[in-house]
Order: sequence, then C-alpha cells, then structure tokens
Amino acid sequence: MSGVKRIAGRAVVVLRSDVDTDQIIPAAWLKKVERTGFGAGLFEAWRKDPAFALNRPGAEAARVLISGPNFGCGSSREHAVWALQDFGFQAVLAPSFADIFRGNAISAGLVPAQVSDDAVARLAAVLADAPDSEVVVDVAARTVSVGAAVTESFQLAGYAQWRLIEGLDDVGLTLRHEAEIAAYEGQRPDYLPALP
Amino acid sequence: MAARLFDKVWDRHVVASPEGEPPLLYVDMHLVHEVTSPQAFEALSLTGRKVRRPDLTVATMDHDVPTIGLDEPIADPLAALQIERLAANCAEHGITLHALGSRQQGIVHVIGPQLGLTQPGMTVVCGDSHTSTHGAFGALAFGIGTSEVEHVLATQTLSQVKPAAMAVTVDGELPAGCTAKDLVLGIIRALGVGGGAGSVIEYRGAAIRALSMEGRMTVCNMSIEGGARAGMIAPDDTTFGYLEGRQHAPKGAAWERALDDWRSLVTDAGAEFDTEIRVDASALRPAVTWGTNPAQSVAIDDVVPYPEAAPTPAARQAAERALTYMNLTPGTPIRDIGVDIVFIGSCTNGRLEDLRAAAEVIRGRTVHPGVRALVVPGSAAVKAQAEQEGLDQRFIAAGFEWRSAGCSMCLGMNGDILAPGERSASTSNRNFEGRQGPGGRTHLVSPAVAAATAVAGHFAAPADL
Repeated sequence: MSGVKRIAGRAVVVLRSDVDTDQIIPAAWLKKVERTGFGAGLFEAWRKDPAFALNRPGAEAARVLISGPNFGCGSSREHAVWALQDFGFQAVLAPSFADIFRGNAISAGLVPAQVSDDAVARLAAVLADAPDSEVVVDVAARTVSVGAAVTESFQLAGYAQWRLIEGLDDVGLTLRHEAEIAAYEGQRPDYLPALP
Repeated sequence: MAARLFDKVWDRHVVASPEGEPPLLYVDMHLVHEVTSPQAFEALSLTGRKVRRPDLTVATMDHDVPTIGLDEPIADPLAALQIERLAANCAEHGITLHALGSRQQGIVHVIGPQLGLTQPGMTVVCGDSHTSTHGAFGALAFGIGTSEVEHVLATQTLSQVKPAAMAVTVDGELPAGCTAKDLVLGIIRALGVGGGAGSVIEYRGAAIRALSMEGRMTVCNMSIEGGARAGMIAPDDTTFGYLEGRQHAPKGAAWERALDDWRSLVTDAGAEFDTEIRVDASALRPAVTWGTNPAQSVAIDDVVPYPEAAPTPAARQAAERALTYMNLTPGTPIRDIGVDIVFIGSCTNGRLEDLRAAAEVIRGRTVHPGVRALVVPGSAAVKAQAEQEGLDQRFIAAGFEWRSAGCSMCLGMNGDILAPGERSASTSNRNFEGRQGPGGRTHLVSPAVAAATAVAGHFAAPADL
C-alpha cells in the first residue's frame, strides 16, 4: 500500500447523517472475491436519483467526500472503503465516523478526517458556490483547504496518521512483536477452547 | 482498584503496549465466513504468510447460502464461487469448516455459542458487525473489516485503541408480551444510532439478569446498532447453565477451574463508567421501527411520529427522509400499517427460543392471505431441534415457508429479498434503505410481533389476535 501525504482534487458533498455501509455498497456487491471493481456499486441506490451529488458532471474526478455525522455506520464490510477508493476518493471528511469504518479506512489507506459540524457547514457553503474548486487535504498538517477561501483543521490520531502517510504493512508492524505474542501464547489458560 | 468487567477482559488480552502505538490484543477465537474472508486469504497468499492459529479459527457458510434446494447446485455463480473459495481456503490452512449441508452449519453468531466456543472472558472477533452477540457471555466480542481479518489470521492479534466504557442499566421488569428485542430497540431509541460510538457497553440491572442467554444474545447483538464497539453482560449461573456440557465447553476439573475464573468476571463495586444511561424496563411496550435506522422505533400502540417533534433540525430532516422512503404518513396508527412479507430469523432472532415464541403465537391460526411469511432457522442444529419439537409442522400448517439455515432475508444476499416497494415485518437487526432488497421497506420487530403480524396482515401484538 502506498502512502498518502497530500490529496488534491474536487469534492462531493453528501450532507446526510448516519450514512450506513449498506448505502455505500449494497450487499449484492459483496459476492466478489476481489478488492477491486466496487466503484460502479458506490451509492448504487442513491445514484438512481439524477440530482444526487455523485451524478454531477465532474464528480467522477472527485477525490474528497464530505458528509454528515456517524459516517459508515452499520455493517463491517470493508468493501465500503474499497468502493469509495475505486470511485476515486482518497479522503472522507465528516464530524464523526462509525468505529469499524474508521478502522477499515485506515487499514486500506482512505483518510477518515474528522472535522467539526461547523467546518462541514463552511466547506459545504464554499463548495455550493464554487463546486469545481480544488480541495486540498494535507494529511501531515491535518488541514483541509479550499483555495484561499477556507482552511479547517481535522482530527486524526497520530498513529493512524503515521500509518496512512507511510502506507505501512500492518501485519509486518505487528510481527515485530513476535516474541511477545509467543510468550503470551505460552501462558494462556488450558481450559480455553481450541479446535482439533 | 475497582475494575469494570470490560477492563478485566481487556487487560488479560494485552500482548504488548508499544510506546506511541495502540496495545496489541490477543484473539481467543476468530470466526470466519465466506463474504469477508476471500480477500484476506488472498493477501496471505500474496505475502507468503500462514494462518498462525488454525486451532483458534472456525469457519462457516451463512451470508449468501441458499435456504431452499440444498440438494441442487447453487444457482448464483458468484455465491457459488465465494462458497467454493472458503472451502478451499479452509482446506489449505487447516481451518475447521462447518460447510453448507453439514449438521453444525449456520449463522456464525448462532453456531459459536451453540458449540460452546464462546465463553466468558474471551476475545472473539469476526468480519461481521454482529459479532457483538458473543458479549452475552461476558466475552469481549467485536466486528472487524477484511484487512483486520487478514491481520488476525496472520498474527492472532489486533492493534486496538481501548474504547471507553458505557453502562446501560435496565431497571425493573419487562411487562408481559415484551421481549429482549423490544428491550434492545428501546435502549437504541434512548441511545441514538451513533450514541455508543467509541464505547463498549456493559448491560446491567435486574431486567438484564432476568433474560435467558438467547435474550441476552439478542440484546448484545444489536449493540452495534447503537454504534457501540461491543456489548457485554457479566456471566452468572444462567451463563454457566447454558455452557455446561456443550461440545467445546471445559469438562471435569477444567470446568471447575474455568468456573472459578468466570465468577470473577464482574464489575467491582465502586467502579465508575465513562458514561451511563438508565432505561426503565417496566415502561417498555412491544416495539416497531418506522424509519430507516434502528433508533427510529415506537411502541406498537403508538402512531407514526411527526418529524416536527424531532429534537434537532438534522433529526427532523432524517425523519422526513425516512418517512418518504418508507411511504408512511405521520399520525398513522402502527397497527393500521399492512405488510407484504414476514421474516423470522437472523443472528438477532433466529434461535430456538425465538422460533418457539413465534410458533406459540400461530398455534391454530393461519397466515393472512395477503402475506408471504418465512422462517429461517439460525443454524442447522436449531432447525433439527425445532423439527424434533414439531415446530416446522406448525409453521407449515399455518402457511409459513420453512427454510434451511442462513442469513437469508436479513441482508438479502442469497436471493431471499423484498421487491421494490414491498413492506416487511422482520425479526432482523437493520432497517436501512434497501437492506432487504432495493426499494424494500423494513420494520424491525420481535418474533412474537412478527408472528402475530403474519396472521393479522398488519402490525399486531399476540394479545390482539
């Protein structure tokens, strides 16, 4: 996985709260055994509405999605992150994220940038007037800006930020602790279940 | 120092606490199914890694399996490929698989407890958000994504930031006709769909203690619908009684040692929680969701709510959107809403106790002519036991379809779906837009209300019949 330091491109604004992963990628798409090719299913039902933000000309070049609180709630499907990435998104800005979605995003290299409700409102206002503006997400500085008009800071835990910027192999990171894992396994209670 | 149940289980699983990184947590049992695992196994192949602990990993097929015609080849080529892939991956890595057609196949969160694989004090993970179910045993159990599935397969650990601890205390006694499902829908209504985010909930209080293990599983199952990372209930004699004698439960002297340990898994007196909410069980009534998230529910005696009454502009906007999608008019009595489909099943309400409750309601009655009703047992073993008790015959005589085990219409991956515009009364866990099929309209209810609704053709409680 390659690292992501700076993202620049158009943004799409979907101002709804509690956007669940069934909306992001419906279950019918989960039968695939690959990680790729989910972009066509992204927000499949909502895209049937011609007025939906993702149908606006130019949206196919968007890199940043801006949405409401509790983004990514519901199912644990990482396919939701893959669908956003396959469409072209590299960051999602929202006032809060569902826990599993945030973990999946960081694992897969999609930046879950937590911004305030007010910041979402200010960004949405600027983009309503100038929808083709370039939005820049600086992962290292933890800021998002639209031209000179507005700059907002976002929250992203330090360890998550480091993993995203470096694009690290999480399994490889953990295997640095191989000796501790083996030592732990040596003292687990004998009554815990194990399969034959 | 006074510790909470959650701390006790968390602390005993910390393998390492590297400076500046989240702790590394050991996983005692990893449950695997066909939908969220193929990409994880593929990544293992690409990196040349092996499954570290196949003996702490168990797999089943549930999400997209057919629930009829098991003797025939699977009609959907994509589902068939996914199912074949799981079998091949399990064979390659030496993982125990309860395959479609075998006696122990079933929904992953039904078979874990049934086999005695879920025990107090354990950590249990699975690539499925309803892994929170297993917290009913005092285990710390949570859903993970496919990258984390790969991580657990390779290392048997997860790097995890410690969540906050929330107490949900349910005082009083559930009124007659109210079930664990009504209780958890009431809790989520109080909490909000994101209210539990960042937290592990401990369910406490007299009404929780009074629940059976099946009821406790229903409550913990839906913790994720309030946004919580996990839900837990301290183990007690109800827990130990359920576990004793199960296939993978400790036996003999090991059982006694385990019991000694398990009895210590309670929140100490004086321990404080980061947040607490209290719910009065005696004030609850059978619940029906009216909207498109599980927090949007009312009592069956109530009416479809007016969005104007919502506490915030955002909540009002969400309510308006939900009512449009659900094609409902504010002020309509819930009992006046007719349904097309009744679905009894899922990891929330597909256990034997749930089927018994529904079968009791339909005794001597028939399904309304305008309704299609199906029962999908949570596991092959639940199905076999229900058949031994004659429940299948009662369902079939009443006009229900009697299916084989799987997730089925809970998420509609296997072809059991609502047609656009169809309305269901469903014992499952999610009423999101299109969850049971594009354009479908889902109302979440208990098994008893689902059965009564199947008979009445509109929302009804058993007492209405």
